[in-house]
Amino acid sequence: MLTAVTLLTGLSLALASALIAASRLLPGRDDDAVAQVERALPRIQCAQCGFPGCRPYAEAIVAGRADINRCPPGGDSTIRALAEMLGRDPRPLDPSLGGASMDRVARIDEALCIGCNLCARACPVDAIVGIPQTMHTVLARYCTGCELCLPPCPVDCIELVPRHA
Amino acid sequence: MELVLIIIAAALVNNFVLVQFLGLCPFMGASRRVEGAVGMALATGLVLTTASGLAYLVDRLLLIPLELEYLRLIGFILVIGAAVQLTELLIRRLSPMLHRVLGLYIPLIASNCAVLGVALLNSTASRSLVAALFYGAGAALGFGLVLAMLAGLRERLERADVPKPFRGHAIAFVTAGIMSLAFLGFTGFARL
Repeated sequence: MLTAVTLLTGLSLALASALIAASRLLPGRDDDAVAQVERALPRIQCAQCGFPGCRPYAEAIVAGRADINRCPPGGDSTIRALAEMLGRDPRPLDPSLGGASMDRVARIDEALCIGCNLCARACPVDAIVGIPQTMHTVLARYCTGCELCLPPCPVDCIELVPRHA
Repeated sequence: MELVLIIIAAALVNNFVLVQFLGLCPFMGASRRVEGAVGMALATGLVLTTASGLAYLVDRLLLIPLELEYLRLIGFILVIGAAVQLTELLIRRLSPMLHRVLGLYIPLIASNCAVLGVALLNSTASRSLVAALFYGAGAALGFGLVLAMLAGLRERLERADVPKPFRGHAIAFVTAGIMSLAFLGFTGFARL
């Protein structure tokens, strides 16, 4: 009787320890597919893909509702990472998204800027510098061309120009 | 040579699903799509092989020397549960997409009577460790084979003109029964 109890307890402990060890030693994380896809996206929530954020886009990709080539800020490297992760073919960026909008950056017309700071608050990647009541400018290096700064500007002083002009 | 016979016998002649009628729950449950069926077959195969090996070791090294054969059932269930957890861990880490497809079915492998059946048959037949592993692998091969076959047939049946009372599971069971009749043709090829 005692041997039986000891044996079963010992066996359970040994198996549990082996499972815990395996869990620690194996590579990878315990997220589900959606979280893994989301980690491959740039996560700047610019909504250029047509979804209200990177997480909804990741969910749509995993559910098969969206293609993997809809993220302009992510570009080719993101498309390739997603293709590898999901076992699909990599393809070029979807042209219906405005044709490689990473090629365009926002530009503030300084003559018109009133320093209201609304554009800086809207920018998901903090590419606009300026405090209220001072001149604002866009740092082209960080701008992804997502156009989220255009609607808030009350004087319409922001336009999109080619990046390498 | 004996090992090859063991594989053929476990996979075809004494096929666990169609001849011995074990493991019918995942057989019917995971055979809707070929992709899911193949994943399920691989997961069950992994569990079957590890579980039959581990169960054999527990039996030979612990239960028989200590004269605790009556603990076989509960001991094997412990081992199978651990093997299932390990398989789920591996699938979750190595292929999250497969985990999405199979996630619900993996814990069900623990109650798959074919897995427990293999473990118990190995212990009553007093095989060697290698033979026990081959028996488990052969059983897994047979299970995967018929699962993939039924999945292919069910995918075709969805487009076929099946009479209304037979649609869905009914026609799937009839098909499985006909497959079982076909597998009876293997009787006598190998004796286990």
